[in-house]
Amino acid sequence: MSESAGRAPQDTAPCCAVRDLVRTYRAGRGGAAETVRANDGISLTVRQGEIFGLLGPNGAGKSTLVRQLTGLLRPDSGSIEILGHDVVRHPERAARLLGYLGQESTALDELTVALAAETTGRLRGLTRTGARAATDAVITELGLEPLAHRPLAKLSGGQRRLACFAATLVGDRPLLVLDEPTTGMDPVARRAVWSAVERRRAERSTTVLLVTHNVIEAETVLDRVAVIDEGRVIACDTPGGLKALVDGDVRLDLVWRDEAPLGVPAVAALAERAERTGRRWTVRTTPEQARELVSAVTTGPAFAALDDFTLATPSLEDAYLKLGGRHGGLAK
Amino acid sequence: MTLLSAPPRTTPAAAGGPAPLAPAARLLPALAAVYRAQLARARVARIPLLFVATFQSLGILVMMRGVVDSGQTSAAQYVVAGSSVLVVAFVALNLLAQYFGRLRASGGLDHYATLPVPAASVVLGAAAAFASFTLPGALVTAAAGAVMFGLPLGQLWVLLAVVPLAGAALAGLGAACGLLAPRQEIATMLGQLGMSAALLLGVLPVDHLPQPVLWLRDLLPSTYGVEAFARTFRPDPDWAAVVADLGVCAGVGVVSLAVATWAYRRATRR
Repeated sequence: MSESAGRAPQDTAPCCAVRDLVRTYRAGRGGAAETVRANDGISLTVRQGEIFGLLGPNGAGKSTLVRQLTGLLRPDSGSIEILGHDVVRHPERAARLLGYLGQESTALDELTVALAAETTGRLRGLTRTGARAATDAVITELGLEPLAHRPLAKLSGGQRRLACFAATLVGDRPLLVLDEPTTGMDPVARRAVWSAVERRRAERSTTVLLVTHNVIEAETVLDRVAVIDEGRVIACDTPGGLKALVDGDVRLDLVWRDEAPLGVPAVAALAERAERTGRRWTVRTTPEQARELVSAVTTGPAFAALDDFTLATPSLEDAYLKLGGRHGGLAK
Repeated sequence: MTLLSAPPRTTPAAAGGPAPLAPAARLLPALAAVYRAQLARARVARIPLLFVATFQSLGILVMMRGVVDSGQTSAAQYVVAGSSVLVVAFVALNLLAQYFGRLRASGGLDHYATLPVPAASVVLGAAAAFASFTLPGALVTAAAGAVMFGLPLGQLWVLLAVVPLAGAALAGLGAACGLLAPRQEIATMLGQLGMSAALLLGVLPVDHLPQPVLWLRDLLPSTYGVEAFARTFRPDPDWAAVVADLGVCAGVGVVSLAVATWAYRRATRR
């Protein structure tokens, strides 16, 4: 459902085209320093009106990629074109094409929510009255009125994030680049963010490039997703397309009350192939095998030792692991 | 939701050719916006520090009153002028160096760097705001000092020129230190060192300082603010020399703010 609803048509013009992007940095000091390829030949195309996600574990190179798109970092090699502009040659144009929500709020922390948004609008080239009107509209849209006159530093993490998102929206841009926009937000704030994004896409064909490592969010809001691992794009498809890679399999989670009953043969056999996290065992297998396992652990001594179990269809995380993501899952 | 499945395709890139760029913010409106935001920050965070700046200078006046006699002596003039300019050094040099150092280390500069705003607007707006925070403290210190040391109060208006010009020089220096220091701790240290130098070399009467220290004193921009203000306490002030000293402040201000603007550009494009 979510894969087809709201998807940008395949034939829209590219908004953002990245080719063979390489960015390295040096880690360590002196002789022990080594060159790390944070982005190792990344190519991808984001179409206009698309909500495009970059999914990957911490340190995969997502933020490095985004910082190059926004003109904050210069790539070692490769090209970036945003709406027909060469951003590698003219990094200063990025600010006039896109709105960027970074991970830090220190520049705005001591301002009130309203002033942070208004000042950002002024610095995006709006007139004073224009910035004020846009601020009022965005604050109402995101339900921030009760917090409008409180300094960001006094807000909770999620509220502060929402205030920074408000600042990003003041002064329209055809492309929004959002680096983990909903971190720390409650469900109401999350919904406000995604409604605001959808509204801009419907009304102005706004393109959104989203960095996330939240799989559930990726599955529900993204049109397409690029899975990034160790500086490379290891897959790029719709969330549904990626999950089709692991379509045959299901995931069985078993949570034991205490020690796993290794005396039960089925459990003993499972012990070797299950991925264990404390008392939780996770196994990816065929539906037939899963059925057998469920019947084995829901009878006799195994059932007595079982605290909880779930049987689920594959998620993007399973797809990611199948693709060879080397970090044992996305959520850290 | 069905509405969303077919976004309107009216964007110019679809019609061929690059999309139009949104207008960039112009220098003065952006500077005004940064200045206004910084003044608002002062209400939240800076007021305690402004009190500290003023109390420090008042404390130094009290301490120096124990060793310097009241009356028309050059020692008394330097103590009062030096303490007043110290307020400017504390805020414009020390706190601004710390502010930009922190902003750079925490990634806060990215916010400004991803907005179409001229570098000079950010640097000058912040520098102007930090310098203007110091005016009340400098006036209070000068008035209290003049009373304590029996100096005339009639020339305090000169601070209206001394604070902005010494403020420009010291804020430019502070911003440059904060933006050029490789680490936040070094930015903090440079700001503290600059303020300590302004304290020792500005407040201590020049008659007792050895020659190498006097050379060092001549290199510090705050010295010219202190000199200009100290001259005006004399019965028949040499106004030409006052203007010359303030000219040095202005010149250093132009150069240091230009360096700070360059440092900002360097810090935001890597």
